[in-house]
Amino acid sequence: MADTTEAPAARRIPAPAVNVESKPFWDAAEQGKFLIKRCKACGKAHWYPRNLCPHCFSSETVWEESPGEGVIYTYSVMHRNTPVPYAIAYVNLDEGPAVLTNIIDYDAATLKIGARVKVKWTPTEGGPPVFTFAPV
Amino acid sequence: MSIKGKAYIAGVYEHPLRDAPNISTAQIHAECAKGALEDAGLTKDDIDGYFCAGDAPGFGAMSMADYMGLKLRHMDSTETGGSSYILHVGHAAQAIAEGKCSVALITLAGRPRQARMGGGGGRGGPPGGASDVPEAGFENIWGGSTHNTYGMCAMRHMHDYGTTAEQLAWIKVAASHHAQWNDHAFLRDVVTVEDVINSPMIADPLHRLDCCVVTDGGGAVIVTTPEIAKSLKRPLVKVIGAGEAPKGPRGGLDLDLTYSGAVWSGPIAFEEAGVTPADIKYASIYDSFTITVLMQLEDLGFCKKGEGGKFVADGNLISGVGKLPFNTDGGGLCNNHPTNRGGITKVIEAVRQARGEAHPKVQVPDPSLVLAHGTGGSLGTRHGAATLIMERE
Ligand SMILES: [Zn+2]
Repeated sequence: MADTTEAPAARRIPAPAVNVESKPFWDAAEQGKFLIKRCKACGKAHWYPRNLCPHCFSSETVWEESPGEGVIYTYSVMHRNTPVPYAIAYVNLDEGPAVLTNIIDYDAATLKIGARVKVKWTPTEGGPPVFTFAPV
Repeated sequence: MSIKGKAYIAGVYEHPLRDAPNISTAQIHAECAKGALEDAGLTKDDIDGYFCAGDAPGFGAMSMADYMGLKLRHMDSTETGGSSYILHVGHAAQAIAEGKCSVALITLAGRPRQARMGGGGGRGGPPGGASDVPEAGFENIWGGSTHNTYGMCAMRHMHDYGTTAEQLAWIKVAASHHAQWNDHAFLRDVVTVEDVINSPMIADPLHRLDCCVVTDGGGAVIVTTPEIAKSLKRPLVKVIGAGEAPKGPRGGLDLDLTYSGAVWSGPIAFEEAGVTPADIKYASIYDSFTITVLMQLEDLGFCKKGEGGKFVADGNLISGVGKLPFNTDGGGLCNNHPTNRGGITKVIEAVRQARGEAHPKVQVPDPSLVLAHGTGGSLGTRHGAATLIMERE
């Protein structure tokens, strides 16, 4: 089985591409708030945030602040073409949706499927901070 | 309306180059088209339908049609990544059945090995800027690549079903057994399970030898009417079923990376063909990574979900040894993955098998029913699946 015990990644993360639909999310991120979208018509949350609900196509979606907690659904530590190995992962938020992210501050004991994690903001190169997750 | 029996594969051609510093991508497209026409015994002026995907330089199908001087009644640049060309055969068969065209050309070409020199290649992403791609801001920041997004699929498949690295390695071992007989194969050495699991880790749990090759080159396919096919001097390979389906997170609820869009494209194709997985004598299965093959075999119904590891082990995919010979050209894992798009070589080797023209060491004894299946994009994020079933007449 793979060795996943490397030191946590300090990968340099590029500035995220921001558009008019996603701007409220990134404005909140600057304030340290993790927002998700929920649909008033069907009641379901979704990720990534859209103005039309991907479940029922209603336009009545609203921003909702999330504690940003969940469990690791799956992960992979990248060793190729990178000076520092880093962990890409999906985190299943407690609200339901799966979020593609990087896990930071992990070790061999905490980088596991099913491990609990919480959002921890990481600076980017010239853009708003991004929603990495760290073990709790 | 069904495509069953309405269209035939008349010509195929796989470009012999694997490293192409000295000819343009457009020229590779055109050389592939010419080769496929010669194989069929047709001429350029017979073509009235053209199909290409994001690897075609220029604007949709139009730039390449102009380069090649084609006069067209039908064109289609549907883009589903590496599976595009399998999907194109299905679309071409539809178009022919509907009278939209009578001779359809499908081409692929690119030169990812020359990327540093400004050559074409790569995945052919959307034309707009990154901020116009809705998921880009939320996803392109994480260092995602095919390696680690497929790695996430493999990691979860191992967790849910107990699939092992050794079982995945058997897929590469089988491909290498086939590639040893292919003079054009990029990698011709037979490897062992130990070779695979001892190769460097790329993205957990995928090792270097779990990954496909990176090659230049191309391929082409000619699809035509029954009447024209029967007037030609080539074995008759009939398209009898095709299915396609995209899969993505769609809002992120119930994310499950252990299955692919083949769960939808496969049944559509099998139903149209009126056959079952047990009837298939040879299968071309997209092999960007070993895990890709394992998941698609399960999803197409060659074994039960979660039992892919047992199914592929002990040489079950090796021609002459196992129950389901796959990728007898050596596949993307060993032979060729031209411009990071393996769909067209999947069709080509399936046609070689159906015609009885595969290498004698890997030719299946009764190639009456063959399948080509692919997924393009990433199994770990969004992908398009395409399934094609062909019958030797
Ligand atoms: Zn809704």
